[in-house]
Amino acid sequence: MDPSIMLFLAQDGITNGAIYTILALALVMVFAVTRIIFIPQGEFLAWGALSMATVEAGHVPGTLWVLLLAGGLVFVLDLWSQRQRRDRRALLRSAGWNVAYPLVLAGLLSLLPLAALPQAVQALLVMLVVVPLGPMLYRLAFQPLAEASVLVLLIVAVSIHFLLVGVGLLIFGPEGSRTQPFSEAQLELGSLLVGGHTLVVMAASLLLIGGLYLFFGRSLYGKALRATAVNRNGARLMGISPALAGRLTFLLAALIGVMAGLMFAPLSTVYYDSGFLVGLKGFVAAIIGGLGSYPLAAGGALLVGLLESFSSFWASAFKDVLVFTLILPVLMARSILSHGVEDDE
Amino acid sequence: MTIPTPVLQVEDLAVCYGKVEAVSGVSLTVPPASIVTVIGPNGAGKTTTLSALMGLLPVRAGTIRVDGQPVGTPEVSQMVDHGIALVPESRELFGSMSIEDNLVLGAFHRHRQGARDSRQTMEQVYDLFPRLRERRTQAAGTLSGGERQMLAVGRALMAKPRLLMLDEPSLGLAPLIVRDIFRILVDLRQAGIAILLVEQNARAALQVADHGYVLENGTVRMDGPAETLRHDPRVIESYLGLNSKHQQMLAS
Repeated sequence: MDPSIMLFLAQDGITNGAIYTILALALVMVFAVTRIIFIPQGEFLAWGALSMATVEAGHVPGTLWVLLLAGGLVFVLDLWSQRQRRDRRALLRSAGWNVAYPLVLAGLLSLLPLAALPQAVQALLVMLVVVPLGPMLYRLAFQPLAEASVLVLLIVAVSIHFLLVGVGLLIFGPEGSRTQPFSEAQLELGSLLVGGHTLVVMAASLLLIGGLYLFFGRSLYGKALRATAVNRNGARLMGISPALAGRLTFLLAALIGVMAGLMFAPLSTVYYDSGFLVGLKGFVAAIIGGLGSYPLAAGGALLVGLLESFSSFWASAFKDVLVFTLILPVLMARSILSHGVEDDE
Repeated sequence: MTIPTPVLQVEDLAVCYGKVEAVSGVSLTVPPASIVTVIGPNGAGKTTTLSALMGLLPVRAGTIRVDGQPVGTPEVSQMVDHGIALVPESRELFGSMSIEDNLVLGAFHRHRQGARDSRQTMEQVYDLFPRLRERRTQAAGTLSGGERQMLAVGRALMAKPRLLMLDEPSLGLAPLIVRDIFRILVDLRQAGIAILLVEQNARAALQVADHGYVLENGTVRMDGPAETLRHDPRVIESYLGLNSKHQQMLAS
């Protein structure tokens, strides 16, 4: 193997690693705040990617129908839970976000010439459609179970994953799609050709990481999420309800998932069930960080990306095996190195 | 003369853990700008009562009125909305976050309501507890017991509560710090905040309070003006002891 191939593989690995990084960060964040191991993270990637492909083809993405339906369900649930205490403001807000917003978006999508729009606008539309599904999912599946154990939440997360894969097959069909890269430019660095899309992925990932850092470090809502992760009861006493924290976390997780999907789709063909495997690689990275450390998770994600690209060169049939085997020595090292008893929370 | 509407009025409160009734038939009233204390031995149901009033534990029976308005079953968010703050016995600080962040989060609910004066409130809290200002960037988890209690009270004050409920603020603290904290409670009453104080340190509590309730086995055994309770032979025998001049001096 000559240096140019090595550089090429490294570039490939880092590009994928950047995507695994943001997925891993989302998984760590969701677990810290809500104690949910967010298996359906990958579905947001797949839905984002496939919705983008549909919009590029000039059609209204099927996720819009899911949004309309899920929003309606959330509103009915909110109505039901408010049947005794009629908090008009809360209901009005719920109607606005869950009924009016999807309808306005549906109107917009049916009027716009989707295929002719600039790519950035298409990506924005996809985000507007898919990202709100995150908080809706939390409201429908997890909010009623906020006090449940980690195991129960995991079981629900797994079943949601299967449900979303099924819905994905229904709305996107079994065919895979690949979208246009965000940049066709080629940058020549010595013997290395750096693709424009690679640079876009790196820049977007770094921006997202920086944005999350600022959000959690500076903004009141970011601090509120951290507080919920540190001390759930203390946060409740400050008026930071677990429901609010959960919806906000799922909004961020969905945003990250959709962004990952938009970046991933030009690199590889995405099918309705592709999300799981990609999400699982993000999960391996998160486990390397013990599902609690953001920097370690990011480092782990880069390691996963590099390992994957180099093993696809040497032993392509085993590339997934090698990546997932990585988790064994990591778990062993963690269990040998960790002392003391871990708290339940 | 009209009696001002109590900030908090509880009638026949009952709270259960499963089938065991921990608190039953508890009635108490907290008038505005007053300190009301609930004293009693371990396991009398003091913490249970506070937790239920805040919505942390389910209420089995009883009516709770805030400013004369009945609240159905209390929920934490609803009670926060009514301007009620609880400083729990376990403090529940955000250990890995700085003192300043802990305080900022104390004003979270007010911020959501549109208030933008948390900076000013924070200065007031810092004036009350200068030690917190000195250590504003330090993580809450590194503080001593007394400083933690100050932070817990300060964080609750960031919400500008009308009723402050404190669960055993003197627990595990040196007597001098206890005196500091109780002095601040008197200042807060001066500022118009109503205080519901649950204490095992009956002497110190009755010293600052206007009204006292003695809770035993989940029911109110005695109640009356703090001054009267302090001289009641039964209270002296059970909770104050006879030869504890030293404590009395510290509490004054």
